[in-house]
Amino acid sequence: MTSRELTVPALSLVVLVGVSGSGKSTFARTHFRSTEVLSSDYFRGLVADDENDQAASGDAFDVLHYVAGKRLAAGRLTVVDATNVQPGSRKALVELAKQHDVLPVAIVLDVPEAVCVARNATRPDRDFGAHVVRRQRDQMRRGLRNLQREGFRTVHVLRGEEDVAAATITRTRLFNDLRDETGPFDVIGDVHGCRAELETLLARLGYELRRDELGRAVGAHHPDGRRAVLLGDLVDRGPDTPGVLRLAMGMVADGDALCVPGNHENKLLRALRGRNVQVTHGLAESLAQLADELELREQLVPFLDGLVSHYVLDGGRLVVSHAGVVEKYQGRASARVRDFCLYGQTTGETDEYGLPVRYPWAEEYRGSAMVLYGHTPTPEPEWINNTMCLDTGCVFGGSLTALRYPEKELVQVPAERVYYEPARPFPVAQPDDGVRGHGVAGTIGSGPARRDPEVLDLTDVLGTRVVETAYQRRISVREENAAAALEVMSRFATDPRWLMYLPPTMAPVATSARPDVLEHPEQAFESYRADGVDRVVCEEKHMGSRAVVLVCRDLDAARARFGAPGEALGAVWTRTGRPFFDAPLTAALVERVRDAAEKSGLFDELGSSWLLLDAELLPWSAKAEQLLRDQYAAVGAAARASLPVAVEALERAEASGLDVSALLARTRARSANADAFSEAYRRYCWETDGLDGVRLAPFQVLASEGSAHHTRPHDWHLGLADRLVEADPGTFAPTRRLAVDTTDPTSVAAGVAWWEELTAAGGEGMVVKPAVNLVRGRRGLVQPGLKVRGREYLRIIYGPDYTEPANLERLRKRGLGHKRSMALREYALGLEALDRVARGEPLWRVHECVFAVLALESEPVDPRL
Amino acid sequence: MMLTITTTMPTATDLGYLLHKHPGRVQSFDVSVGTAHVFYPEATDQRTTAALLLEVDPVALVRDRKGPSGEGFALGQYVNDRPYAASSMLGVAMKDVFRTALAGTCTARPELAATAIPLEVRVPALPAQGDAVVRMLFEPLGWSVSTESVPLDPTVPAWGDSRYLDVTLTGELRLADALNHLYVLLPVLDGSKHYWVSTDEVDKLVRAGEGWLGTHPEKAFIARRYLAHQRELTRSALARLAEVDDAVPEALDNALEPGAIEVEATAPEMPDRPIPLHELRRGAVLAALRASGARTVADLGCGEGVLVRDLLADRQFESVVATDVSARALQYLARKLRLDRMPEHQRARLQVFQSSVTYRDDRLAGLDAAVLMEVIEHIDPPRLPAVERAVLGHAAPGTVVVTTPNVEHNVRFETLPEGTRRHRDHRFEWTRAEFQAWATAAAALYGYTVRFLPVGTDDPEVGPPTQMAIFDKVVTA
Repeated sequence: MTSRELTVPALSLVVLVGVSGSGKSTFARTHFRSTEVLSSDYFRGLVADDENDQAASGDAFDVLHYVAGKRLAAGRLTVVDATNVQPGSRKALVELAKQHDVLPVAIVLDVPEAVCVARNATRPDRDFGAHVVRRQRDQMRRGLRNLQREGFRTVHVLRGEEDVAAATITRTRLFNDLRDETGPFDVIGDVHGCRAELETLLARLGYELRRDELGRAVGAHHPDGRRAVLLGDLVDRGPDTPGVLRLAMGMVADGDALCVPGNHENKLLRALRGRNVQVTHGLAESLAQLADELELREQLVPFLDGLVSHYVLDGGRLVVSHAGVVEKYQGRASARVRDFCLYGQTTGETDEYGLPVRYPWAEEYRGSAMVLYGHTPTPEPEWINNTMCLDTGCVFGGSLTALRYPEKELVQVPAERVYYEPARPFPVAQPDDGVRGHGVAGTIGSGPARRDPEVLDLTDVLGTRVVETAYQRRISVREENAAAALEVMSRFATDPRWLMYLPPTMAPVATSARPDVLEHPEQAFESYRADGVDRVVCEEKHMGSRAVVLVCRDLDAARARFGAPGEALGAVWTRTGRPFFDAPLTAALVERVRDAAEKSGLFDELGSSWLLLDAELLPWSAKAEQLLRDQYAAVGAAARASLPVAVEALERAEASGLDVSALLARTRARSANADAFSEAYRRYCWETDGLDGVRLAPFQVLASEGSAHHTRPHDWHLGLADRLVEADPGTFAPTRRLAVDTTDPTSVAAGVAWWEELTAAGGEGMVVKPAVNLVRGRRGLVQPGLKVRGREYLRIIYGPDYTEPANLERLRKRGLGHKRSMALREYALGLEALDRVARGEPLWRVHECVFAVLALESEPVDPRL
Repeated sequence: MMLTITTTMPTATDLGYLLHKHPGRVQSFDVSVGTAHVFYPEATDQRTTAALLLEVDPVALVRDRKGPSGEGFALGQYVNDRPYAASSMLGVAMKDVFRTALAGTCTARPELAATAIPLEVRVPALPAQGDAVVRMLFEPLGWSVSTESVPLDPTVPAWGDSRYLDVTLTGELRLADALNHLYVLLPVLDGSKHYWVSTDEVDKLVRAGEGWLGTHPEKAFIARRYLAHQRELTRSALARLAEVDDAVPEALDNALEPGAIEVEATAPEMPDRPIPLHELRRGAVLAALRASGARTVADLGCGEGVLVRDLLADRQFESVVATDVSARALQYLARKLRLDRMPEHQRARLQVFQSSVTYRDDRLAGLDAAVLMEVIEHIDPPRLPAVERAVLGHAAPGTVVVTTPNVEHNVRFETLPEGTRRHRDHRFEWTRAEFQAWATAAAALYGYTVRFLPVGTDDPEVGPPTQMAIFDKVVTA
């Protein structure tokens, strides 16, 4: 018995066709995974408790189609095990395949009627007669020859039991699936017959051109094995379409290039095949140039015919096509996928030139694969959500552009001249219009393509979400936390274009066992020692509010990099992203920061036109005055009003001979505690007027252009902070610190003494951080800092009487686990956000992390920690 | 926290009988919120003072879940005025310690219990919104009231007075009545929302108020405030975010705060049409939507759904979408419109979901019309381009109706101090020229035409109280 190989595309909807008893289920079981097979019998059972209840077929197929749809959307091969003998039932499946842009495949099991009837007879649950099988078989045979016409791209017919038994299934890759090609690549935009520029560009990219005896370039090879990717529209309009084709075809044939078709190739192919096409948009030039190229024309038709609409390369990380391709079409095959790849999508509207308005698919692109495409001439290539259009209008006098992958370097060759006048003026790079923050670049033959990569989509943030970070694999955000974050982000937060970072919450040290305190530095040093960290830095904990400051060198930089929301130079925000001050005051503060950064040379030194600073803004009352008054001062006032009266009453009772001594002592202690409490909060208040009295204590440079700085040691950060203080001591406050070696008892003792000194003088406490900054321990990230708060400061956290021994004893039982986990998750998200900023990733990718930090902050955790 | 009760009746030490507490002893009682002590700083026949001192254990309040559970304004769980101020907790202690006296029972001196005696009650730290409220509550009951204010912080004079008063009540009353007055009115005065006691408060109020509450001129106020302590106390995720920023929860969780409506309601009556402005506004919006011929319409920033109710009442609107950025607003809407009981055919016309006008939302694409009624003024001006993009650019309904206050008209609101906005959360209020400039530019950018209509009387000098813009999408052939 010779086997019969049936090919099936790796992603397809396989429709088994065969009468009851023809052996479909056995066939499916033999050749496919059980989870790939959706059997109508099984779904009848699901909806009606009876696999043979024909009355339940309607519902059963509804559910089957639903499940099949989910599988196909996820890119999973799916087999439908049902009789499918009627055209109607097959039509529904072909539709389903089209909806998900996968290829429908029919495998027909044409087994003699007698065999089927005999099989059914052995199954007590199939009590229908032979006439049913005969009817099904008649229906099937009538439909057989129409299967291709019905839309099945592949049809396999197995005749007889032997054929069925001998069949094997081979899964074939789709043509567009070149995931195993890892490059490196040089991806080249629309050439349009500009052979000279193409040759120059290839040479500049390091390719060695191969010429025929007439001196014509017929190939190009890169000594390092790089490969060119031509994004289509090689032809039309330009001076030497045949020359471009000759070179491109040679490179493709030699394996030195990949090529996807453009709309112009498609039309040329139709023209070459004698179809009736409008000879416009430069086709006339191509046909004229090709008129004498008989040999080339012969090879041209099969070449053009064999071009695949798009390629998925490098493990799925890179996708190329002429007009771009949305995520759900990548690696799929259908007529509409091909149309999108060749023509893009239009909104159905037309612009003032009567040209169709392009649908801005790239703005909405959220895929992980980089998409490189051409088709729409733009003055300057620009990243939009991990996509880039490389058509820079060479034929219109622009330039020919290549992007090196994976290096992401642009290489451009200017057009030698204008070869073709566009239907509308070719745009030169426009200055920002300043009002909206975005240039609106007009594009040839397409109407205005509104460049708005800053639009965030609700699906970027809402619902249960999982954010992948490089530091702590997957971080989940629960729906209700995202909902709260959405409200704060929408109603209160700084513009997301500024808001590239939110600071993580910080865990306190493990609770001390000492009789008189809750927190003590010993635990911080101990904890880091246990994590293998020897050098730590103790930084004074400022008595203010955490602030993040983004400052740009000038308005041009602010516009170019951030769109300058509100025409500002930068922004200053709180832990939840809210602006600290109104716009004029913010502008004044940012300007001072800018001046100091300029004076101390930070911009130049970091090679950046902007800086993102982590800081503390003082006094606390500048932000939290309402809380101070409503919550803290009120408690002090109530205590001052009632406790002395109680003490006095008790003293009189004692004088009259009642034994109230214990109660009196306790009440006096409470009174003293309340006074100490008032003292503690008063240290956080001082009058401010505008910026007078406001001070900023920076302690970390989070990011600058192209870099996040979380691997730089704290010494470096604090050194930069010191220079800002030096430049403007009125605005900036220094951060006192002490280096401690956790393995040296003397050094540890000095650290403890330093903390005691700080807190005895009314200080809030200190933060202990690994000196090298980011540390990965045996179990993932190590806490980036541990706060050790002073005994008096904690009075305003745990209440005036917390120091009473009985209270301290109970307060020691505090669970730190959730707080620590939250601190690490938020830390990982913050780092991820900064890395994404450094890599120049799209706004939504950064915003996703920032939003997640905010959402995590709304998790219920003990706010005293 | 403490209070003292002093009497100067003949044989003043008989106060001990009335209170069932011997003047020669110091007695302590475990009550649910801590320990209550009763002692007599002074006990002579001329003058006897009983003191009730309640030692609240703040740690136990949190740890033993005697107070609000893990929820409530959590930062305030340890740091709060409960150990010092006379609040509902003192009421609880009174009930436990003076149960018999509250009932007016005194077997030793039954005639004395039924007699009005000279009394002086001192509450040294009574939380109250000013002296007037204390008078309003106690004076009708026969007390004369004297109060002394308590500064918020003597070292920061600029902060002024705290909400605490040192209160002395004097009067001639039956002791049981006096105690019942305090038992009911202390929690009423204490506006605190952090603590409550149990859920059968209505019964308690009825019992304690017997004989005096029914005739009290402020009985409605008393009942409302007394029972207000039972309102929902869950600490929302939003409130937690406020805490992160050291802000009070109301700073963020204010989506449903009344504001503009109250100010605007004080507009001088329009002679012919005494209709509140918010109704005029809804009417104008509905008229614009009806005229547009829209069948599918979204109310963006629907709040509690007042307009949504109107939209559902009109069959022209086959599909109504209600969105708000506040999840809490949508919960209120669901309750107010009784979504769970709405007839199916009507429910099928309505979609409710959280959304934000500064984010693009595909669910809003393809509608005939959308409404932004009193929404844009709650958005920071630099974010308005994002709103334009999301609504006019992306959702792009055929018609968009926008209303916003006309700031020129503010001078006509008598209760609105000059230079203040109509609502605390308003980020701006525009003149007619400002609004029209914004709307005209946005319309041009996204392919709309725009026209403007007044809402409310169009004052010849300052214009209407509310201004409305109607955007219509330009249809290209």
